[in-house]
Amino acid sequence: MLLYYFDLALRSFRSARGLTALMVLTIAMGIGASMTTLTTFRALSGDPLPDHSARLLRVQLDADPSKALTPDKEPDTLVTRLDAEAWLRDKRVVHQAMMTGGGFNVEPDADSPGGLKPFEVSARYTTADFFPMFHVPFLFGQAWSAADDSANAPVVVLSKDYNDKVFGGANSVGRSVRADGTDLRVVGVLADWQPVPYFFDLNVGHYRKTEDMFVPFGTALERKLGMNGGMSCWGDNAVPHPHELNAPCSWIQYWAEVASPADAAGYLDYVTRYAAQQRAAGRFAQLPAVRVRNVMDWLTSQHVVPSDVRLQVWLAFGFLAVCLVNTVGLLLAKCLRRSPEIGVRRALGAPRRQIFAQFLVEAGTIGLAGGALGLAFAAIGVWFVRHGTTRGAQFVSLDATALLITFALAIGASIVAGLLPAWRACEVSPASQLKSS
Amino acid sequence: MLQLRPILSTLRRHRTAALLIVLEIALTCAIVCNSVFLIANRIDRVRLGSGLADSELSYLGARAIGSDNNAAAITREDLAALRAIPGVRGAAIMSSVPFGHSAWVMGVGLVPNQPVPTIEVASYNGDVGLPGVLGLKLIAGRDFHADEVIDDEAFQKSTDSRLAGVIVTRAVAERLFPGADAVGKSIYIFGTAPSPIVGVVDRMVSAHPSFGDERDLYSVILPIRPAYDGGTYVLRSDAAQRDSVLKAAVAALDRVDPHRVAQEHGRFEDLRREYYQSDVAMVWLLAGVCVALLVVTAFGIVGLASFWVQQRTKMIGTRRALGATRGQILRYFQTENLLLTTAGIAVGMLGAFAINQWLMTQYELPRLPALYLPLGALVLWALGQIAVLAPARRAAALPPAHAMRGLA
Repeated sequence: MLLYYFDLALRSFRSARGLTALMVLTIAMGIGASMTTLTTFRALSGDPLPDHSARLLRVQLDADPSKALTPDKEPDTLVTRLDAEAWLRDKRVVHQAMMTGGGFNVEPDADSPGGLKPFEVSARYTTADFFPMFHVPFLFGQAWSAADDSANAPVVVLSKDYNDKVFGGANSVGRSVRADGTDLRVVGVLADWQPVPYFFDLNVGHYRKTEDMFVPFGTALERKLGMNGGMSCWGDNAVPHPHELNAPCSWIQYWAEVASPADAAGYLDYVTRYAAQQRAAGRFAQLPAVRVRNVMDWLTSQHVVPSDVRLQVWLAFGFLAVCLVNTVGLLLAKCLRRSPEIGVRRALGAPRRQIFAQFLVEAGTIGLAGGALGLAFAAIGVWFVRHGTTRGAQFVSLDATALLITFALAIGASIVAGLLPAWRACEVSPASQLKSS
Repeated sequence: MLQLRPILSTLRRHRTAALLIVLEIALTCAIVCNSVFLIANRIDRVRLGSGLADSELSYLGARAIGSDNNAAAITREDLAALRAIPGVRGAAIMSSVPFGHSAWVMGVGLVPNQPVPTIEVASYNGDVGLPGVLGLKLIAGRDFHADEVIDDEAFQKSTDSRLAGVIVTRAVAERLFPGADAVGKSIYIFGTAPSPIVGVVDRMVSAHPSFGDERDLYSVILPIRPAYDGGTYVLRSDAAQRDSVLKAAVAALDRVDPHRVAQEHGRFEDLRREYYQSDVAMVWLLAGVCVALLVVTAFGIVGLASFWVQQRTKMIGTRRALGATRGQILRYFQTENLLLTTAGIAVGMLGAFAINQWLMTQYELPRLPALYLPLGALVLWALGQIAVLAPARRAAALPPAHAMRGLA
């Protein structure tokens, strides 16, 4: 029976080619726009570490005394070196690490491809727990140890990209990298690792390529490697350098991993108690603002997904709504024009249910065609997004889930659009139609 | 208007279809009004006057390998070499370039150790002559004197945070000292030490403008001379000579000290374009959606009107036989469309203000100006009339005899 309805639908399309094409095109445009924006949104708002993000906590403690006067404002996302090192020494939870972004110039070996010209690399200065805490996969070697941290060992972990580019993908463990006049020994090479968004340090870009090198924090400080990222200082600049332990400057990201999501509250208690102790010791006049957030809460609080991307999703679905209303109107017009045909079918014994099914199949067919064409539009749209200006656009791509959503959306939308016309069609009374024709 | 009653009674019999078209027009109206408003906002933002001689400026930078203990001296040599390039009308160094990657933001207060700063400003460090090279318009006071400027390294090491003078933009001066002459007044940037304002420039854009209002012009210039490893060189030349000058400049820096890595360099205008490119893309996207919405709605009106013309063939024939002119039939469908569009616009305007209200809470947008009401209405009325014209003319052209028999 469905096949027969499908056949009827095709016949009816053939008799009104222009109108049918218009309906398919409208649905396709609506679906294409919605899918493009939804795919972009999903890519940019995803969970960078789905299995662990609820246990990973970003710690904020705003040590700037002026900020304590505006407690409703978001506290500084960065912390002072003094606080970060204190928490690190405490080793309260499973893993904890302090970090900042940076960069320096590398002088290549004499035998390296690409000549002798020095070039710039991006780097992350952090402590040993960074790798196990964020489940960073290794291709060769391993992370440095806590002992390397305390000894300011001149070691480095390379990204896979850098290792491919400079060492041709070979096992480079044991080789050395000349960074700003300092020799660093390679202890590990990462496997493919690209967090999207770059959640642990939004100061170096919300969506960026994994940094080329990872160096122990203390080593980078001692060798004066270049630092990147935000920094906020307060008071008179009485301390010679903002990187000093006691400098009144926030510039470090601090992350902690607890054993289970339920332990997050306990960690907040710990940081709050620490702040109170510091106040009791006379460091703060007021209790400083403290936040402890897991990865997804952290990303939400920092408005990581560009607001334009959010706006585009709303816009596209608004457009889809107009396209749907338009299709309902056109389908209704089309099926009422066929009242005489319906009258004949009813008179020949077709029950209402069948008329209803027939028109629903017709609407569904339009939806299917619209969905297929819409998918093509979405593919074009995603291509434009990838080659466009949206931050993080390089990480956007159509996947199987997007495919499923598209067809669900297309069929669902056209069935919704077909319900009203189909219902009106089966309301047609056979007698009046037969009489009038 | 005589025809209003028959039109209304006909519409009452086609309630669903009429409601659908009203709904479609309302949705289109609400979305298009807000999109156009967003477009206008973005265009305002992109066209913000920087106060700089945009088309005559280029920038370039260099970084040391390791730390350079001789950076200040090298910087002097660099600047001399850059100024010697044929076509260069001026060269200076500044801590960061507007629209560039790095930015310095400072809190400015009016009393010593003010706990919460009065405003936050973009700060640019530079030497005597920086305003001139950038093409800033000095409207009060003067540029720095040579003895007011301190080397960045010396400033970092000293425990005295006093600055001998600062240059502010008019926006900063008016915000801090409304209605008064700001020159000679003191502001507090680093804690307790007062810094007197020596000059006021008309405009200078902040490093990363994002507000869309005066705050994008909250900038100050501090008399701190950056070294090359903590700043960016800016060059002024004829627009046509920018590329050749840049090429010569990169070579010149390499000659002064080859043991360095060249940083990004280019035309200032390109930096600016890159900064705004996502806004420009959004403008095109919104415009595209508006056009698509209007086209879809127009086709919806055409489709429905065509169907109604077909359905009412007999009625049209009867009216024509009873003496109605073609013009009257035409006007019948036009008036019907006008009624539907007006209803759609009325609902749509409410929707437009509701969406605007929501956008205001989400995106710091201002209220939708009332001007959008009549403009949006005009556009949709025109759209409706154009869309209905073809089906209405087809109706008017029906020969009465055919129409009576329902043969059309």
